[in-house]
Amino acid sequence: MNALNSLMDGFGTALTPVNLLWAALGVLLGTAIGVLPGIGPAMAVALLLPVTYGLDPVAAFIMFAGIYYGAMFGGSTTSILLNTPGESAAVVAAMEGNPMAKAGRGAQALAAAAIGHFAGGMIGTILLVALAPTVADLAVDIGAPDYFAIMVLAFIAVTSVLGSSRVRGLASLLIGLTIGLVGLDQMTGQQRLTFGSLQLADGVDVVIVAVGLFAIGEALWVAAHLRRGGAEPIPVGRPWLGRADVKRTWKSWLRGPFIGFPFGAIPAGGAEIPTFLSYVTEKRLSKHKDEWGKGAIEGVAGPESAASASAAGTLVSMLTLGLPTTAVAAVMLAAFQQYGIQPGPLLFEREPELVWGLIASLFVGMVLLLALNLPLAPVWAKLLRIPRPYLYAGIMFFAAVGAYAVGGEVVDLVILLVIGLIGFGMRRYGLPILPAVIGVILGPNAEQQLRRALQISDGSVSGLVNTPFSVTVYAVIALLLVWPLLKRLVVRGRSRADA
Amino acid sequence: MTTPNGSSAAPDPAPDPSTAESTDTGSTTTGAATTGAATAGAAAAASSAGKRSWLREHSELGVCVLLLVLGVLVLTDALTMDVDITQRGPVGPRTVPVVVGAGLLVIAALLAVDVLRGGRGEAEGGEDVDLSEPADWRTVLLLSGIFLGTAALIEPAGFPVAGALLFWGAAFALGSRRVDRDPLIAAVLSLLTYVLFDKLLGVPLPGGPLMGVL
Repeated sequence: MNALNSLMDGFGTALTPVNLLWAALGVLLGTAIGVLPGIGPAMAVALLLPVTYGLDPVAAFIMFAGIYYGAMFGGSTTSILLNTPGESAAVVAAMEGNPMAKAGRGAQALAAAAIGHFAGGMIGTILLVALAPTVADLAVDIGAPDYFAIMVLAFIAVTSVLGSSRVRGLASLLIGLTIGLVGLDQMTGQQRLTFGSLQLADGVDVVIVAVGLFAIGEALWVAAHLRRGGAEPIPVGRPWLGRADVKRTWKSWLRGPFIGFPFGAIPAGGAEIPTFLSYVTEKRLSKHKDEWGKGAIEGVAGPESAASASAAGTLVSMLTLGLPTTAVAAVMLAAFQQYGIQPGPLLFEREPELVWGLIASLFVGMVLLLALNLPLAPVWAKLLRIPRPYLYAGIMFFAAVGAYAVGGEVVDLVILLVIGLIGFGMRRYGLPILPAVIGVILGPNAEQQLRRALQISDGSVSGLVNTPFSVTVYAVIALLLVWPLLKRLVVRGRSRADA
Repeated sequence: MTTPNGSSAAPDPAPDPSTAESTDTGSTTTGAATTGAATAGAAAAASSAGKRSWLREHSELGVCVLLLVLGVLVLTDALTMDVDITQRGPVGPRTVPVVVGAGLLVIAALLAVDVLRGGRGEAEGGEDVDLSEPADWRTVLLLSGIFLGTAALIEPAGFPVAGALLFWGAAFALGSRRVDRDPLIAAVLSLLTYVLFDKLLGVPLPGGPLMGVL
């Protein structure tokens, strides 16, 4: 039970008073920022990155864990009380949660969501503890060709599984890869796309790209289409659950994680699909089918639990393979790189204190989340009333702080604005943001692995497919690419049979 | 959350031609009619107004142009690179940029085809986003200008001043007109942030002359 021992060591790290403080601060900040309308978990984490610059990596990631879970819970609070979810994972929370709030059961909806997050996060993190070391062990021997294959998988998955249009996903990915090219070539020191500028020779920092696309892009986009006199949030008291509600929801809380966790671990869009699947499952199993659509509490409990567990699943592939499957994971990967740490199979060997401290603090953060958020819910609900000009002015303000804090250079602010304008254009024309961020973060890395693999094989392309692992990954990629064609054939076959 | 016309990608080839025509009238006829009009140059009176509305309909083609320009830029940069001395291993610093640049050109073309066939990128919705009104470009320009102003001010004037101006200016641009409250909030927020980052979190921010006096 090596993992258990390591986990105990991790608790030793996470439970020191200072680190407990960082975890609590992370949960509070994450929830507060996540509750704010228009700010999803990815933007919350990106905006809060600079807060951790002065910290050592262990404390920083303990804080991040709190921010991540806090922001996810904050997002569902917004959809329950406002009914206008800003990010896709919280859409399902609004479907039953908002009718409940309208019917005066907002307190119960929030409690079901909070406990759902707790249950999902707990079960998900237990699964993470059980699986991650095994995955890391299996992956420890993988070499350059395998890494390259994984990254190609991330590129393909993020462009073809998510979003409605592949062309637009690919366009976004290529924009990201182009930004990733700027600077000195890592292997030869050759200048690329710098146009002779010294400031561009260092490349564009991923944090600036993430903050620019998520925060500035969003603020400008909202500014162009600001809703005058927006929806009024529903006031809410302290969350609590009656006996009858608990009786209805405990099974949903326990079912959610087993739907959410596997989807989080594979590159299939994070919480979006599993929350919906959980919703459908709960609806089918419910004994109160007449209440669905009018505020069935299982419809809040199950999906919220699934969402939280999918966040834990995301961490499995992020920590063991360095493969980000969601926008938040992509931003966290950028944070790792900021500290010069490369997530991957070796992370568990090289940085045991960091990894296990992080995992232990997930448990700690979950308890803090439940303990803080149930009593604080009325306060969070007040945050929904923040005047929109202040909200978006604040986003631009903190984005500027973050970009300047990266290197203390004014030119970074200009780059931030340019990338923000790109983010604005992408929102206008339906180019998804995530592929661009993944392209910037993984692009340079993928190039290095590709060149290393080809160096070993002396230029022969077979060097990319000479391990069973890489062949398997390419098979998965091929399946992803062929799947829509197959689906189309099946549909065509069916409609022909109908006719 | 897909709107009927938002599902972008090329319309699926439907099993038989009759349904294809009936389901896709909106997109295919505009495409065919406008290209027809453009080439034939018929209906001179209506054509200039028609052209403008066609361009507005197909403003997404601008994205294709930008992708095309970006692709050409990446390719030129890669091909003018002087790699003879630095080349180590079979794949030099040029290969990946060439692939990315070529990819940009291909995607620009594919996107153009998609747009001309009636595909549309779905504008992103959100809690505070109202897509029924036309875009408010003034606010976007104002915000960008204020942001650039902050960038110019941050070193000479220091972060507390530049940050406060950024917040107040942005709030003003977004429609807040509380002259009594806005500057106060801006000043307090900026000063608190400065103290928090510079003094407590160990992230240096420029204090400027004001902090020199205090």
